Amino acid sequence: MSEAATAQAGTLTEGSPYGIPSRKLAIWLFIIADAATFGAILFAYGYLRLANPDWTKPFAFSPTIVNGIVMTVVLLTSSLTMVAALAAAQSGRTSTGIRWLGVTMLLGTVFATLHLREWFAMIAAGWRLFRNPMGGSPLFGATFFGITGLHLLHVVCGVIVIGVIALGFRRGRFGAGHVETTALYWHFVDLVWMFVFPLVYLMNVR
Amino acid sequence: MTHATVAGAHRHAPPQGFLRKHVFSLDHKVIGKQYLDLALVAVCTGMILSWLMRFHLAWPETPIPGLAKLSPNGAAGGVITPEYYLSLMTMHGTIMVFFVLTTAPFAGFGNYFLPIQVGAEDMAFPRINMMSFWVTLVAFLVLISAFVVGDGPPLSGWTAYAPLSAVGKDAGPGQGVGQTLWAVSITLFCVAQLLGALNFVTTTLDLRTKGMSLARMPYSTWAWFITSVIGLIAFAVLMPACILLILDRVAGTSFFIPAGLVISDRLQPHAGGSPLLWQHLFWFFGHPEVYIAILPGFGIISHILPVFARKPLLGPRVMIACLVAIAFLSYTVWGHHMFLSGMNPFSATLFSVPTLVITIPATIVTLLWIGTIYGARLRFTTPALFCLGFVSVFVSGGISGFFLAQPSIDTYLHGTYFVVGHFHFVMGVAAMFGIFAATYFWAPKMFGRMMNETLGKWHFWLTFIGVYCVFMPMHYLGLAGNVRRYSAFTDDYLKPLIPLHRFITVAALFTGAAQLIFLFNLIRSRFRGPQAPDNPWEATSLEWSTTSPPPFDNFGGRPPVVERGPNEYGIGSGARGVDYGMQAAAARVSAR
Repeated sequence: MSEAATAQAGTLTEGSPYGIPSRKLAIWLFIIADAATFGAILFAYGYLRLANPDWTKPFAFSPTIVNGIVMTVVLLTSSLTMVAALAAAQSGRTSTGIRWLGVTMLLGTVFATLHLREWFAMIAAGWRLFRNPMGGSPLFGATFFGITGLHLLHVVCGVIVIGVIALGFRRGRFGAGHVETTALYWHFVDLVWMFVFPLVYLMNVR
Repeated sequence: MTHATVAGAHRHAPPQGFLRKHVFSLDHKVIGKQYLDLALVAVCTGMILSWLMRFHLAWPETPIPGLAKLSPNGAAGGVITPEYYLSLMTMHGTIMVFFVLTTAPFAGFGNYFLPIQVGAEDMAFPRINMMSFWVTLVAFLVLISAFVVGDGPPLSGWTAYAPLSAVGKDAGPGQGVGQTLWAVSITLFCVAQLLGALNFVTTTLDLRTKGMSLARMPYSTWAWFITSVIGLIAFAVLMPACILLILDRVAGTSFFIPAGLVISDRLQPHAGGSPLLWQHLFWFFGHPEVYIAILPGFGIISHILPVFARKPLLGPRVMIACLVAIAFLSYTVWGHHMFLSGMNPFSATLFSVPTLVITIPATIVTLLWIGTIYGARLRFTTPALFCLGFVSVFVSGGISGFFLAQPSIDTYLHGTYFVVGHFHFVMGVAAMFGIFAATYFWAPKMFGRMMNETLGKWHFWLTFIGVYCVFMPMHYLGLAGNVRRYSAFTDDYLKPLIPLHRFITVAALFTGAAQLIFLFNLIRSRFRGPQAPDNPWEATSLEWSTTSPPPFDNFGGRPPVVERGPNEYGIGSGARGVDYGMQAAAARVSAR
């Protein structure tokens, strides 16, 4: 995407109506499309939940919701560290910025680890995409693993992208603009979780 | 803006090797032509499939020579089985809607002309642009491969209605591997079009040359821009829907499959899913998709018609407002495809109202075109004829839409040929006429050679008469109660309608044969046609300010400066033979 960095300035072109570089506009468009994708999946979840009177509510406050709250706090904090990373990058404090990017990656990894641990516990308890060990609708497993899996994929991709951007930023290949687009993506992933956690976890408490 | 570069700097150097120049090119012009070539291959495939179907409908027992070799099971002895008929129908619809009506007017012409029309050197993200084409090509190959692997292509229609599409090979030939390939292909196609749409929007907003304000953009650019905004959301919804379908097929989930379903005497091991959910997700994409196919046509007609009317387009701002209104409303009407699907009857009314409302901007657009040619001294060139043909078939197909928007009438007509006639006119033929108008209009720019006018006019009249002979009688068939998707009407109450089916089949073969004139004209003029001047049609927009064909960076390193809008026709007395004002008069490119 390096060619995007050279979207020319106002001497040769009309100004962008939003006054932002192409790369940032593109990430916003990606976020709009991705929001539609998550919207479709969450719509499907709500639809199927309503269509199945035998919907299972398997979660107890401990350990699932406690774990979920910890995950939420970790992810929200990672957004905060991302803000710090961007502020540092934009004010030219490169090494501070890289350090905050590292902390963000670490928190993202902690989130993914907690999530996967929960997944493995559920799989060990007999949950599958197509099987419900508690006897209710098999769609619980399908929607749970589907939605959280899509979100987890976003988190894992985000951690990898932040790593790539941090490396490039240290070598001077990428600038604060790249950190900013990555930060936008990361905040979006965080925002999606704010929908996933109540809809998929809190609504399914016993 | 923090990303200033040196004035006139090329954002990527011209490629040297053959592969980089013509195959894996980053140049939006090459990518546009690649999309158009893909669409040409796809449209030929799709048309041959429709001939096979039409032939079978008219003469159900007559073998088709050679067909048994293509599909020994589907057409044993050359006679198409009912299942194979559905496979042909599915592939025809999928190929035409996705790989022709989306790729040609939107991805193809849009790629080639959107950057030039806004005065840019290339798309905002050339690499993503290239990826978009190659993913589309892979999607096409995956789809086509369904003809040769497993039991053949799927038979669930281009809409892939669940549970038929979701349960696997119990549901019939082609519902095994074939249907999975279909779902994978469409998923890939969604990814490709999302990448394309992202590029189009960014290019339009960020890469406009000096003076090219939004209000001065040509109508075709506006249409591609609005279409890509529609696509950005529509394809982002179809993609997860297809992934859920794939999960149902390969991972044992039951998103779209209800409990207790017995197919081919086997209880399906699924429970809790909803076939209606697939229809909601599919048509939430599917109806905007109709506008993804037709809005570029709107833009192309609005762009071309004033050129040959030598008059400004009537109500340019109203036109753009209508396009925006259509784009917005297209997301509120999807349920009108589902009046028969068993959803709550009250929601049918809810979807009927915006469906009728969306006809208002569509009608205004049509009136603006008619108002533009009113009192004009029209230059009857081939592109102009195809523009008029577009308006004609769009009105003919649109009027039947008023009827179908009523749930009570649609209940009777939805399963009949009335709907087939309706959508082929309004979406298929109209979009094709837009593609033809664009091809005749822009071929001089793309290939540097003029297309033959005499052949073009023959092509127009034969096609115009032909499509009316094919699709107009279908409305009558539908009113007479002729159900669609049946492979033959040999021994029931529909037998008296067989002669009309034969007429349609003959007309379809004849219209298809007329397209050979177009193919011949296209190929011959690409190599042998007379050299095209820079501005053969005396048009105003930026693509006519550069050479034919344009140089690698479109304007020879001298980005044009735009001084006026695209609508400056019929100005002055025409005393010096010039009755129009170019958008960028001074920026004529000399270097090739």
